[in-house]
Amino acid sequence: MSPQNKSFNIGRIAMWILMIIILFITLFPFWWVLRTALTTQGQIFENTTSLAPVGFTWDNFARVLGFVDTSEALASGGSGQSINFFRFLMNSFVFSTVITVFQVSFSTMAAYAFARLKFPGRDQIFLLYVSALMVPGIVTLIPNFVLIRGVGQWLSSFSEVIDDSYGLLMGQMVAPYFFMTPFAVFFLRQFFLGLNKEVEEAARIDGANYFRVFWNVALPMSRPPVVTLAIITFINSWNEYLWPLIVGRDESVRVLTVALNIFRSSQPSGVPDWTGLMAGTALAILPVLLIYMFVSRQVIDSIQFTGFK
Amino acid sequence: MASQSTPHQSGWNRRETVVAFLFLLPSLIGFTLFFAVPAVRGFWISLTDWDLLTEPTWVGLDNYRKLISDREFRNSLVVTMRYVLWNIPLQTAIAVVIAVMMDRLTKSMVVRALLIVPWLMPNVIVAMLWLWLMDPGLGLINQVWEGMGFEGWKFFGHPDEAIQSIAVINIWRHVGYTALLIFAGLQTIPQSLYEAASIDGATEVRSFWHITIPLLRPVLAFVLITSLIGSFQIFDTVAVTTGGGPINSTEVINMLIFERAFERFDMGYATTIANALFVMLVGISLIQLRLFNADDSDY
Repeated sequence: MSPQNKSFNIGRIAMWILMIIILFITLFPFWWVLRTALTTQGQIFENTTSLAPVGFTWDNFARVLGFVDTSEALASGGSGQSINFFRFLMNSFVFSTVITVFQVSFSTMAAYAFARLKFPGRDQIFLLYVSALMVPGIVTLIPNFVLIRGVGQWLSSFSEVIDDSYGLLMGQMVAPYFFMTPFAVFFLRQFFLGLNKEVEEAARIDGANYFRVFWNVALPMSRPPVVTLAIITFINSWNEYLWPLIVGRDESVRVLTVALNIFRSSQPSGVPDWTGLMAGTALAILPVLLIYMFVSRQVIDSIQFTGFK
Repeated sequence: MASQSTPHQSGWNRRETVVAFLFLLPSLIGFTLFFAVPAVRGFWISLTDWDLLTEPTWVGLDNYRKLISDREFRNSLVVTMRYVLWNIPLQTAIAVVIAVMMDRLTKSMVVRALLIVPWLMPNVIVAMLWLWLMDPGLGLINQVWEGMGFEGWKFFGHPDEAIQSIAVINIWRHVGYTALLIFAGLQTIPQSLYEAASIDGATEVRSFWHITIPLLRPVLAFVLITSLIGSFQIFDTVAVTTGGGPINSTEVINMLIFERAFERFDMGYATTIANALFVMLVGISLIQLRLFNADDSDY
């Protein structure tokens, strides 16, 4: 009895140690981003393995947020490039928020129709939506680019004002994600199918029309999955890179992911501005972490849920 | 899907139908404009030679013929396969280990929440931070490694190390997420099976191979298919770290498509490669589904 217990305990301790190592590898790089972002730019060569920032400073954040003018940045050893991550941060917010609000609303309506209403062609249309889940993004990317570019040219032929307006450029960026994604519709339809129909039927018998049943009965009951979907959609939009790269290069609508890589690749040869880059990286990480602190439970549940559907 | 009654032709309520299509309208617009029509148009573009500026010229199946003998395309296939082979087996194995450890040690939400933090971050950000950690000169990894007396890694600077470095980055980003999926699968295995096995004298290792793995098969199949499909479409990490180099050693399929389309403006050929990728991915999922579900009897 006791030797077994002992080996069991040693096994458990070994597993805990391994677990802690894994958690360390998972989380430590984030500290390294912050540590570098808080290091004085000129001291990047010193104490390269020091766990704490070398010559603690907020300058890098001020620099990438555009609070320091370029001559000062040059004086402190910077590349002297004008960077304004504050604008890119705002663009990322607009891009992700617009997509999340509209895509989730429209997908919820569609999912409800597929799950609850009877109409000709329902199963066929749904099958089409589901089959689009199989198509890799790169297949529709080029035709979508051609379409969006054409619409942009057509619109700007009316007036030069429209040509480079923020609205048009942002519109081109959000368009493919604005109305729906097959995944969003599929995810919510699964949920609605599992929802008890009786309450809705009772409301119908009491004389409520379809819209009222949807709005006052079905929606309040489906808050958790709708919120979960909204979180996933926001994070996915925040992470988007390729599409904003090809349609949103213009500085006025450039999002963080695109801006960061342009910033990196436009470094003068030699040593890149690592402290500035890591300050920008930290700024991109922060909003996701902040949201995640409040909704980690939903995110985890949704991952475990999708694993079975 | 069959849970609802299928009404007869006459059973359709007109008002209900009208309401349904009103609910569907926005999604139908989006689906038609950005999924259905582009899929068809993509095939049409692949039958032309088109630089975006002049009118496309019809070339029939020429692009597909070119594909078969194209060395660049073949290189991108090999590179992508190398990436997938470094990425998937390691990632899945580590994820299984983490999932089993979580199952045995702790069901703590905090541990699960921390493990998926990398997965929440944009690929570009993750690539950027590893580009810094893996910087051959100043990066932390080489600083520590060389401090221990070893020769430093070249990482993205050498064709023999670049694709592996990219694989490491993506394993780091995805392993916690994958572990969470597998962990969820483990929760569905009844505890009584393990108890029965241990009464019969089975060791933990035996239970793992004879109970856990077989019962986990559907979840593992799902995980493998989705991570393989994702892995074949890697782009962001490559774009940030190497841009396809050095000497095309990280020129993955999506990178090749991107360069063809948006740097060389060869739209016809770029869509041809994209369509080929699509066919390959469908093929892979079908093969995998067959492999994993050919014999369902033990579940």
